[in-house]
Amino acid sequence: MGMIVFFYFASVIVATAALVVALRNPVYSALALLVMFFHVAGLFVTLHAEFLAIIQILVYAGAILVLYLFVVMLLNLRREERFHHQLTVGLFLGCMLFAEAVLLVVKGETSLGADLPALRESAQLTQGNTESIGELLYSTYLFPFEIASLILLVAMVGAVILTKKGILEAKG
Amino acid sequence: MDTGIRLALTLGQISAVMVAVLLTVAALTLLERKVLGWMQDRMGPMEVGPYGILQPVADGLKLFFKEDIIPAGANKLMFSLAPILSLVPALIGFAVIPFGPDWTVDVGGVNFKPFVITDINIGILYILAFASIGAFGIILGGWSSNSKYSLLGGLRSAAQLISYELNVGLSIIGVLLLSGSLSLVTITNAQAGGFWNWYFFAFPFPQAVAFVVFIISSVAETNRTPFDLPEAESELVAGFFTEYSGMRFAFFFMAEYANMILVSCVATVLFFGGWHAPFEFLQGPESWHWLTGMIWFTIKVYGFLFLFFWLRATLPRLRYDQLMRFGWKVLLPIALGNIVVTSLFAYIFPGN
Repeated sequence: MGMIVFFYFASVIVATAALVVALRNPVYSALALLVMFFHVAGLFVTLHAEFLAIIQILVYAGAILVLYLFVVMLLNLRREERFHHQLTVGLFLGCMLFAEAVLLVVKGETSLGADLPALRESAQLTQGNTESIGELLYSTYLFPFEIASLILLVAMVGAVILTKKGILEAKG
Repeated sequence: MDTGIRLALTLGQISAVMVAVLLTVAALTLLERKVLGWMQDRMGPMEVGPYGILQPVADGLKLFFKEDIIPAGANKLMFSLAPILSLVPALIGFAVIPFGPDWTVDVGGVNFKPFVITDINIGILYILAFASIGAFGIILGGWSSNSKYSLLGGLRSAAQLISYELNVGLSIIGVLLLSGSLSLVTITNAQAGGFWNWYFFAFPFPQAVAFVVFIISSVAETNRTPFDLPEAESELVAGFFTEYSGMRFAFFFMAEYANMILVSCVATVLFFGGWHAPFEFLQGPESWHWLTGMIWFTIKVYGFLFLFFWLRATLPRLRYDQLMRFGWKVLLPIALGNIVVTSLFAYIFPGN
């Protein structure tokens, strides 16, 4: 049963991910991406990670994808402008990711951080995994968490500066 | 066997909730016109049935038999998909709302909670997530109609939803801090025993300010007056559903009203104690809690729905830039300040 569910989610994720880049109409691409996000959330649910599943929908589908659609409609992109010549870069990145995936499958999951099993156990022990994620983020992974917040803060300040062109011109 | 019973029970529960919600939607269409009429010193609909109470039936029949038009140059697939994408997220949120006491009944060996469809431990996030999905229906409806009014309405609506969703999310964090849970059932149970335990008044730090931010943002998120810019009839004909008619239009309409009921339910659960009565003795004996609970829940929800109509009858529509400035420069700092102050109080008075 678990395997059937997994293969359903996995195959839909792969198919819709391919559709996102294959479809010509950017709005259709965005909808394929929406379906994909929901199936990734479904995968999280099968792993008892309800919090991640709902965050996946809330952040990616609810916020980021809406912004994508917004931009697509505002810019009214013509089809040929969507394709930049990034084949070499894409090929390079794709090969690297594929090699990583193969390596992981061959070596098994032991190399992926020692406390993964501990995390999984704590997620199943406590009532929900929201608490365990919170505790891990603010204890074991406090430093990466703070760095991520700092990066986001920099991006926010950058976005504000970009919209206020007058600030830069007045000083320079 | 167990799976069969569970499936039957859950399906029955879902249909009961859906029927209740859709009947409330039908009642609201009449109620809104009656309340507006009363506030504007006129009668409202009076022709169909005594005092016009059959008006929703007439409206429904009219919409059902109206010709379904797809404008030339519209994207047919998206045009049909948009109303569905708008209505489904509005209805799906009711799955985690507790309408009555947190009882567990044993039906043929299956544990069954009669007053909440599913008590998942991330209930409030679930509602927020699907509320944000509702934006897709509006944007796609505006885009696929191939009309400038629709497109402008859809774009405005998308910007508005994204801006005010943030405020809704931030304003409820105070409640989540005090209750220590994301499950709506747990949040309701934490407010038992009288109105002074409701999070609107509760001890370490009353969430009254957060409630005001929440209700303003909810009005904006459901596209109601004074924030109904996406469908401002004086500028945009009817906004994103200008080109829609018949049942497709009815879907958008039902989605708007279902969203109103949903945010009223969420406000009731988070800030006003859910199904709990303001005083213990008004709740009646333990075995009657299911009845008094549902009655109190309904009274509170209808109170909020009345507030929606009241706002519509009272306030003029905001200008678009005023709306954005208000959301980002007034409501957002207030909501953030509420989080800081609430967490300070929760730290000083722990274990409340």
